[in-house]
Amino acid sequence: MLRKKAAKFLTLALTAVLSVSLFAGCAKSGKEGEKKAEQVIKYNLGSEPKTLDPALNSAVDGATVIVNTFVGLTRLDAKDQPVPGVAEKWDVSADGMTYKFYLRKDVKWSDGKPVTAKDFEYAWKRALAPETAAEYAYQLYYLKNAEAYNTGNGKAEDVGVKALDDYTLEVNLEYPTPYFLSLTAFPTYMPVRQDIVEKDKEKWATNPETYIGNGPFKLKEWKIKEALILEKNPNYFDAANVKLDRIEIRMIDDQNTALTSFQQGELDFIESPPTQQIPTLLSQGVAKKYPYLGTYFYVINLTDNADKIDAAAAKALKDVRVRKALTLAIDRKALIETVTKAGQQPATSFVPSGIIMADGKDFKNKDYYKAEGDVQEAKRLLAEAGYPDGKGFPKITVMYNTSAGHQNIAQAIQAMWKENLGIDVELANQEWKVFQSTRNKKEYLIARHGWIGDYNDPMTLLDMWTSKSGQNDAGYNNPEYDKKVDAAKRESDPVKRIQLLHEAEDILMNDMPIIPLYYYVNVVCMKDYVKDVHKSPLGFVYFDRAYVQK
Amino acid sequence: MINYIIKRLVTSVITLFVVLTATFFLMHALPGGPFDNEKPLPPKIKANLEAKYGLNKPLYEQYVMYLKNLSRGDLGPTLKYEGRTVNEMIAYSFPASAKLGAVSIIFSLILGIYLGVVAALNQGKWQDRLVMVIATLGVTVPSFVIATLLMYVFSVKLRLLPSSGFAGPKYMILPALALSGYSLSFIARLTRSSLLDVIRQDYIRTAKAKGLSRNVVIYKHALRNALIPVVTYLGPLVAGVLTGSFVIEKIFAIPGLGREFVTSIGNRDFMLIMGTTIFYSTLLVVCNLIVDLLYAVIDPRIKLEA
Repeated sequence: MLRKKAAKFLTLALTAVLSVSLFAGCAKSGKEGEKKAEQVIKYNLGSEPKTLDPALNSAVDGATVIVNTFVGLTRLDAKDQPVPGVAEKWDVSADGMTYKFYLRKDVKWSDGKPVTAKDFEYAWKRALAPETAAEYAYQLYYLKNAEAYNTGNGKAEDVGVKALDDYTLEVNLEYPTPYFLSLTAFPTYMPVRQDIVEKDKEKWATNPETYIGNGPFKLKEWKIKEALILEKNPNYFDAANVKLDRIEIRMIDDQNTALTSFQQGELDFIESPPTQQIPTLLSQGVAKKYPYLGTYFYVINLTDNADKIDAAAAKALKDVRVRKALTLAIDRKALIETVTKAGQQPATSFVPSGIIMADGKDFKNKDYYKAEGDVQEAKRLLAEAGYPDGKGFPKITVMYNTSAGHQNIAQAIQAMWKENLGIDVELANQEWKVFQSTRNKKEYLIARHGWIGDYNDPMTLLDMWTSKSGQNDAGYNNPEYDKKVDAAKRESDPVKRIQLLHEAEDILMNDMPIIPLYYYVNVVCMKDYVKDVHKSPLGFVYFDRAYVQK
Repeated sequence: MINYIIKRLVTSVITLFVVLTATFFLMHALPGGPFDNEKPLPPKIKANLEAKYGLNKPLYEQYVMYLKNLSRGDLGPTLKYEGRTVNEMIAYSFPASAKLGAVSIIFSLILGIYLGVVAALNQGKWQDRLVMVIATLGVTVPSFVIATLLMYVFSVKLRLLPSSGFAGPKYMILPALALSGYSLSFIARLTRSSLLDVIRQDYIRTAKAKGLSRNVVIYKHALRNALIPVVTYLGPLVAGVLTGSFVIEKIFAIPGLGREFVTSIGNRDFMLIMGTTIFYSTLLVVCNLIVDLLYAVIDPRIKLEA
């Protein structure tokens, strides 16, 4: 009998617990306001970095850790302009092909040893060595003979980087590269220590003890898939200006969980909150927008492969009037306001705004079409191409990688094309890697694409559409375009170069192998007591000036 | 018994071999490789990478190589985590999944059996109905919904428990509860129906007639037989909890292996796909073997013969 009572009691207790959880909505907490003497920022990186090795990294998450634990010849200031880093000054030859960097003599590694020009020479050649198999080796292809060495057709000695003595580094380039001083602040260009790397090539960058950097912070602890703890590096040459004692980096990949932890106060700063929450978070001032150097677009298959999929569709798409009609029939303003809703900007060119050129102006200075589109003109072009009101227009398939976000966009565009042009398109989705392969092998008609710049210059976006580029998924081939891009690469006069790049983009936007849709934007949530964190248009986060003011 | 175990071990090895061979060739048949990204790599750089991981060799050579390394217990390097081996990733990640799984199985067993017994002994009364409502909810509501709900209540509103991470026992409560939702309910239903079945049998009537106390009848005689289906369910349960923890691990940011098992396929991380598949299949085969052996312990009528 007693047991029966106990059983009844337990059952009731369980019910009570369950009901309490239902009524729990009203609790409040007052955990805020605990003052900490220590300067700590808790930041969610979003995912486990594949590697922290400056040579091997090609991801934004890894780059964020690297730019805080290493410093290159130059650094980027709050406006993303290069300022002296390890190099205190430099000379550039008149033709812009030779740089001589003079290094500071007081720069030390986190273990106290001096940083020398040889560390740079070693690091760059190591990243280029074919056996290193660095994805971002091509970031160093600006150096003379670098590409030849990386592709097995040249020798390390011929690569255009040489330590003249411990504190002088001479660099020879393939062509004048006006943004080279920004590149020297890029992760792939960071120095590494030969003795450390060669002692354990595989694991030096996974172990805090051997992960020796020269940046504002050093790696204290790496709990796989859990946390990275960075600590102030007392040997950093500018340590006096570093205010943070510690950065606790988490790798929560579920956006909703990250936001919950942020709201709970477990995190001070998170990247990309859940899309559906962004409008609310932005209006509350919790989320902040940062420019992101990238464009979301559709790419059109212009190669003969398209004929194999559907000859009629391929023929239609090879007509530039059809491509223009498709572009103009899209209302990008409506797309970002009602579909994407995460603060993106409508793309009216391929190169997004936010790239400040040598003349001090933003590269993007015109809209190639209106953000709202131009339905009349689109209809006229389509009729001219032989498909009045979409009559006789073949069925086209738009391909995207499986994701609700891409699907919503594709459906909206499908509806706009139907309504504005009277044409029917089908939608198809593929798993991420399958999709990559389909697109790269050009086995599609129209496919979703997105490109984030590798460096802060229009070239990072325009270079991919040259006929020989491995990244030219459209198979676009216009010798005029190739000529302009090539001329821009060789031009040492910065003003003429800007002109050439504009001319190249004009050709691209006139031929329309792509349909730009919107410019990416970086949305983060940051507590208001977090100050002076810098997020660059490439997505890297710099903590060297950051502090907490509670 | 010994013969039975030996026979089972031999068939297990064959099973594992078939699993690993099928997985190896199926995964290489998938379009897209580990180095296909939104930004396609220059072909030469991709070639350098493939050479580094031996992916440029003919498939059968890679297969033979893999078997050779496997026989030495070497599962190879991961492609997603530079400088870390699959062995390391399993050794690092599995304890988290195992801890979570163990706690969740314990929750399921204790609560599930308890609720099942309560329901059976009060058949048709409110306790029974309440348990069945809970059990129906637990089976039908997916674990990620339970997880989100638990997180909302206990982390966001009550602020009693952390929402993410795996730094101590209190971090385990919510994920383990969310993970046990289904199995707990399933066990409760199983126990209830099985116990109802058993208490109507003759030997229970005999036991009652002998004048044994109700508790002895229920807990010593009836429950022991009633639990056989639950034990049968343990094998798939262990496997389900371990591999099914993917969503829960993701939601609560737990550095477990369940997540690797699933995401490695999306990443085409060939070595990690193979490693986790072999590891989990071995685990599953062993669990099933143990469960089969347990039958004999619980039910003297079952004899294991080779």
